[in-house]
Amino acid sequence: MSTGIDWQAIALSVRLAAVVVAILLAISLPIAWWMTFRRRRWTFVVEAIVALPLVLPPTVLGFYMLLAMGPRSPLGRLWEALTGHGLAFTFEALVLASLLYSLPFVVQPIAAAFAQVDPTLLEASSMLGASWWRTFTRVTVPLALDGILAGAVLGFAHTLGEFGVVLMVGGNLPGVTRTVSISIYDQVQSFQLDAANQTALLLLAFSMAALVLVYGFLRKPWAVAPGA
Amino acid sequence: MKLFQATSRTALNRLEPQLRYNHGLMTRVLAGRLLATVFLLVASAVPAAAQLALAAASDLQPVLPEIAARFQRATGQTVTITYGSSGNFVSQIQNGAPFDVFLSADDGYVNRLVTSGHADGRTSVAYASGRLALWSRSDRSLILSAGLTSLTDARVRRIAIANPEHAPYGRAAVDALRRAGLYVRLRDRLVLGESVSQAAQFAQTGNADVAIVALSLTMAPAMQQAGTSVELPASTFAPITQTGVVLTRSTKGDLARRFLQYLGQPDIAMLLRRSGFGPRP
Repeated sequence: MSTGIDWQAIALSVRLAAVVVAILLAISLPIAWWMTFRRRRWTFVVEAIVALPLVLPPTVLGFYMLLAMGPRSPLGRLWEALTGHGLAFTFEALVLASLLYSLPFVVQPIAAAFAQVDPTLLEASSMLGASWWRTFTRVTVPLALDGILAGAVLGFAHTLGEFGVVLMVGGNLPGVTRTVSISIYDQVQSFQLDAANQTALLLLAFSMAALVLVYGFLRKPWAVAPGA
Repeated sequence: MKLFQATSRTALNRLEPQLRYNHGLMTRVLAGRLLATVFLLVASAVPAAAQLALAAASDLQPVLPEIAARFQRATGQTVTITYGSSGNFVSQIQNGAPFDVFLSADDGYVNRLVTSGHADGRTSVAYASGRLALWSRSDRSLILSAGLTSLTDARVRRIAIANPEHAPYGRAAVDALRRAGLYVRLRDRLVLGESVSQAAQFAQTGNADVAIVALSLTMAPAMQQAGTSVELPASTFAPITQTGVVLTRSTKGDLARRFLQYLGQPDIAMLLRRSGFGPRP
């Protein structure tokens, strides 16, 4: 392995996180909308399922993913029939695992933001003749935008930092499944501590910046004068 | 503007649930009790003083519990075992991991610890050598009898090995492929396990078609039932010298040395041979 920062792994992780966040936003907006505005008696069960990856050890998720991707599971067989190769050890496998793993980090901030939207504004919008879709895109989403952005940044950062699941289903293929956290682990294991340190510092700086961004969205220090 | 602020506050609360705790008297009493419980749990988790702590390469997993049990019967001293990849143990031991004996899959890692002053070089014992095997699930119906050449079969799309960067069996597997002139041809089919046992498990779950792993792992009952294995001749890869050493920070030096001597006893040597290890070099 080359010494220094593993740019290939960083590029791969960024690509993975971008793909995952794009898909997660598409999934999370309807889920969060449904959880907030179309509550049923059993919605709490859905909320619990969405939150599950927060408490589930990555090894549990990784273990079941590995079994589910194998040629003896229906998913594994279907994938093999469609693509001609196994699902494990592919970029798609990491996308699938990350979708599950990062789901709550995107859904929860969006649902929290939706819950704060004043329902009278939504009613006013529909009273004025706006369609459901127009109300959603012109009123609900703009009012919840800070929560949506926070969800996107958290989902991105969390996918970037994923380790346990990738270790269990990735197979460590350079440019395919060797993500930046795996690369750091490899560098530490093969005693390249300087290289590990450089990559780790970069990741630390990025994570810090992402969280500053998230808390900035949420607290809006520019909107209110301090102490006002 | 008010609306935006309200939104942000609630979203923040979701992120930081602990901010919402009521700091009333009851909460403090409960927190105190919780703290006391946690303390008791932590205190009871500290191991008793008489135990010998082993850090062992994962290829020993099928046989070391039996050896430890025999040692316990012979000496009356209890032994605890932690399995992992040898490279990882070196980093942990250099950073103060509380082990007494390190059973490495390879002498290179032991030398590294001796050089850095974390292991006592005079206690170093090569107690066996590692053997390498191909393993495949029976339902793959692959014929492995041709050895490494069997891997050129078009149905073999994924070959699992341990990571050659830090696992001795991975390095041996790459070495065997290179010497057979197959490495360049098969390189793209390789998937890397974190340790040799993860490589075996990739093949056991059917996600890899074949694994090149320690023979000792393929002799574990679960692996024997699920698949077939073919050993690669010892002359086809650089030797894997299984080496044990007493660590400098150990306070049980005598017991630790006694354990390493015990590994050389004829009945234990025989047990190791039966479990898929080669003779000491």
